[in-house]
Amino acid sequence: MPRDLNINSVLVIGSGPIIIGQAAEFDYSGTQACRTLKEAGLRVILVNNNPATIMTDPGIADVTYMEPLTIPYLTEIISRERPDALLPTLGGQVGLNLASELSRHGVLDRFGVKLLGTSLQAIAKAEDRMEFKQAMIEMGQPVAKSAIVSTVQDALSAAAEIGYPVIVRPAYTLGGTGGGMATDALDLKTITEQGLRYSPVCQVLIEASIAGWKEIEYEVIRDGAGNAITICNMENIDPVGIHTGDSIVVAPCQTLSDQELQMLRTASLQIVGALGISGGCNVQLALHPESMEYCVIEVNPRVSRSSALASKATGYPIAKVATLVSLGYNLDEIENAVTGTTACFEPALDYVVVKIPRWPFDKFSTANRSLGSQMKATGEVMAIGRNLETALQKAIRSLEIKLEDLYLPALTPLSDDALYRKLALRDDERIFVLAELFRRGYELEELHRRTRIDRYFLHKIYGLVQWESLLATEELSAELLREAKQLGFTDKSIARYRSTTADAIRALRAEHNIKPSFKMVDTCAGEFAARTPYFYSSYEQEDEAGPLDSERVVVIGSGPIRIGQGVEFDYCSVRASLGLREAGRAAIVINNNPETVSTDFDTSSRLYFEPLTAEDVIGILEKEQPQGIMVQFGGQTAVNLAESISRAGFKVLGTDADAMDVCEDRERFDQMLAELDIPRPEGRTARSAEQAEQLAAELGFPVLVRPSYVLGGRSMAIVENLDDLHRYLREAVQVSPDHPILIDRYLTGKEIEVDVISDGEDILIPGIMQHIERAGVHSGDSIAVYPPVDVTDEQSASIVDYCRRIARKLNIRGLMNLQFVLYRNNVFVLEVNPRASRTVPFLSKVTGIPIVKLATRIMLGETLQQMGITPGLGETPGYTSIKMPVFSFNKLTEVETSLGPEMKSTGEAIGVAASLPEALYKAFLGAGLTLPKQGKALVTIANRDKQEALPIISALHNAGWSLYATKGTAKCLLEHGLSVETVNKATEQSPNVLELIRSGEVQLVVNTLTQGKNPQRDGFRIRRAAVEYNIPCLTSLDTLAALLEAMTDEAAVTVQAFGAK
Amino acid sequence: MHKQVSYLLLEDGSLFSGHPIGAWREQPGEVVFNTSMTGYQEILTDPSYAGQIIVLTFPLIGNYGTTPKFTESNSIHAHGLIVSESCATPSHWQSQSPLDGYLKTNNVPGLSGLDTRALTRHLRERGTMRGALVQDLQSTDHWLEQLRSYQSEPAIANLVSTPAAYRASEQGSWRVAVLDFGAKSNIVRSLAALDAEVIVYPASTPVQKLLACSPDAVVLSNGPGDPANCTQGIKAAKELLGAVPLMGICLGHQLLGLAMGAKTYRLKFGHRGGNHPVKDLRSGRVSITSQNHGYAVALDGQTDIEITHINLYDGSVEGICHRELPVFSVQYHPEACPGPTDSRYLFEQLKDTATAWRRS
Ligand SMILES: Nc1ncnc2c1ncn2[C@@H]1O[C@H](COP(=O)(O)OP(=O)(O)O)[C@@H](O)[C@H]1O
Ligand SMILES: Nc1ncnc2c1ncn2[C@@H]1O[C@H](COP(=O)(O)OP(=O)(O)O)[C@@H](O)[C@H]1O
Ligand SMILES: [Mg+2]
Ligand SMILES: [Mg+2]
Repeated sequence: MPRDLNINSVLVIGSGPIIIGQAAEFDYSGTQACRTLKEAGLRVILVNNNPATIMTDPGIADVTYMEPLTIPYLTEIISRERPDALLPTLGGQVGLNLASELSRHGVLDRFGVKLLGTSLQAIAKAEDRMEFKQAMIEMGQPVAKSAIVSTVQDALSAAAEIGYPVIVRPAYTLGGTGGGMATDALDLKTITEQGLRYSPVCQVLIEASIAGWKEIEYEVIRDGAGNAITICNMENIDPVGIHTGDSIVVAPCQTLSDQELQMLRTASLQIVGALGISGGCNVQLALHPESMEYCVIEVNPRVSRSSALASKATGYPIAKVATLVSLGYNLDEIENAVTGTTACFEPALDYVVVKIPRWPFDKFSTANRSLGSQMKATGEVMAIGRNLETALQKAIRSLEIKLEDLYLPALTPLSDDALYRKLALRDDERIFVLAELFRRGYELEELHRRTRIDRYFLHKIYGLVQWESLLATEELSAELLREAKQLGFTDKSIARYRSTTADAIRALRAEHNIKPSFKMVDTCAGEFAARTPYFYSSYEQEDEAGPLDSERVVVIGSGPIRIGQGVEFDYCSVRASLGLREAGRAAIVINNNPETVSTDFDTSSRLYFEPLTAEDVIGILEKEQPQGIMVQFGGQTAVNLAESISRAGFKVLGTDADAMDVCEDRERFDQMLAELDIPRPEGRTARSAEQAEQLAAELGFPVLVRPSYVLGGRSMAIVENLDDLHRYLREAVQVSPDHPILIDRYLTGKEIEVDVISDGEDILIPGIMQHIERAGVHSGDSIAVYPPVDVTDEQSASIVDYCRRIARKLNIRGLMNLQFVLYRNNVFVLEVNPRASRTVPFLSKVTGIPIVKLATRIMLGETLQQMGITPGLGETPGYTSIKMPVFSFNKLTEVETSLGPEMKSTGEAIGVAASLPEALYKAFLGAGLTLPKQGKALVTIANRDKQEALPIISALHNAGWSLYATKGTAKCLLEHGLSVETVNKATEQSPNVLELIRSGEVQLVVNTLTQGKNPQRDGFRIRRAAVEYNIPCLTSLDTLAALLEAMTDEAAVTVQAFGAK
Repeated sequence: MHKQVSYLLLEDGSLFSGHPIGAWREQPGEVVFNTSMTGYQEILTDPSYAGQIIVLTFPLIGNYGTTPKFTESNSIHAHGLIVSESCATPSHWQSQSPLDGYLKTNNVPGLSGLDTRALTRHLRERGTMRGALVQDLQSTDHWLEQLRSYQSEPAIANLVSTPAAYRASEQGSWRVAVLDFGAKSNIVRSLAALDAEVIVYPASTPVQKLLACSPDAVVLSNGPGDPANCTQGIKAAKELLGAVPLMGICLGHQLLGLAMGAKTYRLKFGHRGGNHPVKDLRSGRVSITSQNHGYAVALDGQTDIEITHINLYDGSVEGICHRELPVFSVQYHPEACPGPTDSRYLFEQLKDTATAWRRS
């Protein structure tokens, strides 16, 4: 059926800020949807308050609203734009839930907005755990025994009937939020309470456990005529019990017979047909490992994280086809853009794909790492190989956790018992634990019994471990070396087993002419010639990647989404790639993140889906012989490769590798600033504990300490006094001559951040951003305001001046990001990053300056002047924009939530409005932080903050809030005439603070950090309790002040359109 | 650690190296590729592959082992198997033997460790061709000569057909005679599942003898070889037209086509896999089908034949029916095994046709 010609404009709702369970995959699907709709000649209206995305960039939609994703704002946008239709199934769970709500509130009817694709009834049938179960039973599809409950009491009686263990699965949440496995009534009570709190409809499913079965997923697309195809099937190496988002996944399935696969495929198609889905969806099934018995786990009636993975794993553009189906096209009317044949087919793979989640435990050392039905990963990597070993090893090194293969050194000292205990926890390192146990001679059967991981996968791990000893003992003949490379071992890991260097192995390879050959992902296993293919490496005979004829430039991507390096860098990579193509170059992207736009088949001229290590990247460079390589856009991942790339004789475009080194090498950096006469907070390097004490005393407390060898704000702390310093040296970081620590004076002041476009001579600063939270809170976790509110002209002039001097000195060509602190009216440089930054997409959007594109052209040789750009500070617009961090603490148990110099947020929301309070209001709202006008607040303030806290707390009080406080804080507040109720500390008798939080009495918790991050401490427990009970908890007084300011905003709902013509 | 190296030699002189597997020996055959990702055992035992060397494009083969449960006939008629990796340590509750052992038991040679994608692309570009598994480089000249003069067995279907008629499904509410040109077992199983009594006849069975059992329907099965060479089958199909409801599958479809005056032609590299979209022109619905054929039917001005199904990849004919007579056929495999079961409805269609025919 051709599309409905009455539809001329479509509203697309994005998925908002990135949180665990909802990451960049919806930028991929949403961007593809917008492009597809536009190509179909429709006017696209986009709403998404995530400024880091490609989809919200000019040119993707016809008009973009970066407004809070709430009913009032959406209603306002609909009433202004009058879209003919709404596409609800490409913006993740958030987009879907909003579409349902809009319909329920009658907004869609009122404005005559037609819903495209799957009907809301069908969506409800799939999403509502009860309706879904019912539908399955009617259809004769097997489901695990279960009961739907909305009270703890009912949960307990249901479980008694079903029998423990049971799993709690909340309705309408994502990433398994609030769910978990309960082995007894006590567990069940806690988990159910939590699940009910998180479920927007206060409904959870209590279900018999089928943990240990094989977890299988099918990606299905069905059109309005009822044609349905499966794009891909995927097998979780981790059996049922670990969320698919936290499982290591292979595609296609590896251990199922054709009979089993056809049975599950047929079931999936039947289910999707019976639910009446039209568009893309995902069916999760569990297959008994030793019979044909299976259960349906769930159906996601929308494009999902798995769709993004399936799309990249097969080359099939699921989001695009799903969009066209929603418009009314039948599958056989749609073309497969890759092969030029029909899109109505099922891709055939001739390789295997492995996905490994990327967990944030490197950032959160205290977190509970054990995996279960609630997702904890922030992102994922995908790797492609002609065999499983290669795909697995490539995936491991793509994670950027400093591992080359299955060897995790930290496990070596552990006892066998400790390893078994770790295995039982099923944590993020389980695959390395398995390898270590194999190394120690443990039996495969025993490990199978303990993990329920299929023997096939265990054999593969075992095989790799055997190869380790082979590599260590056998003579390294050309044949053995080739075979090792075919299994995906890197030169570095081969070198480690042979106690030699990677360079030596590399030389040996050159001698025997063993080099990677590149294969295509073409959707059809070579059956047809492909037009827009992408590539992966192998060590087989034929290399299919023919020469590109235009000038080639490589963009190094940013790898998996993790805390500190999010979708912003994918935005930059995509923009660079598009900029290169506009400039007539062939843009070659290398990346390994399946969730992103950068790995979409039509973003670049050529995509290599590969790990971002020196060896892998250089293998590609040697093949492509590009004219230049761009390392500024892929975050620290790409910057870290600069040196190896130039050492291998390739040309890094723009700023050179040495300038990058200056920014990272503390001594060289200090020296440069000294030469330029630019102040920075005084700092020293300490090589022993004694020296640290002495230097700290010299500098004067408070000081900021961090190990010199870690990047990214890890293990950074503000230390107030000698005691604190001792504790830090004892608990957090060992100092030694080889591992010095850096000690800086901690300057309490306003933090400023700028991004700079520089051609080596002139600079353009699109805008200066001021942080709400003072320096000391990581720039990624602070609320940023643009344009700044209280930076004087003089300060602003110094900032521009410093930027220019540094840019010239380092000969920055491209981008540079700087952070400053304003301390006693002076400007101090905190850090210089010679690359694109987290704030580039935000600034690009709110200033309208295409930052990455300009930087790209500079890197290709143009100057600002040639591009007709006036250097200096960009003009400020007549509105205020806020960038607000968003956290995912509810997914990560036992994690410290207090803000500090280490970054913790997973995403960001934007607020744009004419006034600061309104912009703040929108940003808070968009980040999910809302407060009632009046309520009750629990306040516990550290001694040093008490003076400063008084006016802010009294403002809160005056706004109509009643206060609870622990003894010390209460005393101080009382003394200053505020009425407050005193509560006992957590360790004291009831009723105490923790009970107060759990009782639901308070709607806000304000808690400033006293000292340390010890989970035993009161503060920590208060903050965690607040998270677990879903109560806003502010740890910075600056944030509270801003929130109060936002709350004064009484203005009506106003919205601002970007890109409207 | 030293693995033996052997080769696949193609008639155009190209050479691919791998390691011998199965019951290794030098052996010629027609080299074809199949893109199914699973179902290797069903493919191996499909008699339509008689005389062919099968290249599986999916690189990891043998992961779930082998079992008598997944066979489509009682032996392997293919001349060889070429894979990238043959799994030595399969894992599956039904598995009884690893692939390599299974090949040995069935006396079939093969190669592993070959760049199967390069080979597939080669065949795609140059078309299906003959090739031989050869031991070492010394014998290539000898084999090249052999390959260039190699003639495939003209009446190859006879070699894989049942030697004697047998009752494959004892009882049922309707009776089907299957004319066996190399039938896959699941054709019989699919019919039996629809309560059919099934009698399987050798390909050479005279039509009178076939009709003597008074079947409600006759199925012309799949099988190997060039349909135009299967004169016996074409003759039988001609005689059966109008005498009884007919269903043709794969080779059976081609024979019916030829019997009704249509032509057959050789496809460049065939259709072999489990992902080909086929559109039912009457309902407009698309099914994903299981395919294995190197020839196809083309109409030549026949007005009594209706094209019912087409392949959405290349527009080739995938199904036809007679405008008046109860006769229909499909080029693909509604019995699946391996592959999608979307087209099972065709057997029901046969049952309906047969029932209606008997009533009238
Ligand atoms: N009955 C069950 N027994 C054991 N584990 C289960 C059961 N049902 C679901 N799970 C596990 O919980 C995970 C999350 O459940 P799911 O309903 O898919 O949540 P979400 O909607 O967040 O994806 C699944 O991926 C699966 O591993
Ligand atoms: N000397 C200092 N005084 C005050 N705050 C500082 C100082 N040095 C760093 N910070 C704070 O710590 C945060 C992280 O430090 P930074 O060097 O930028 O690390 P990263 O590499 O993680 O960005 C900064 O955003 C700032 O808020
Ligand atoms: Mg799920
Ligand atoms: Mg910083």
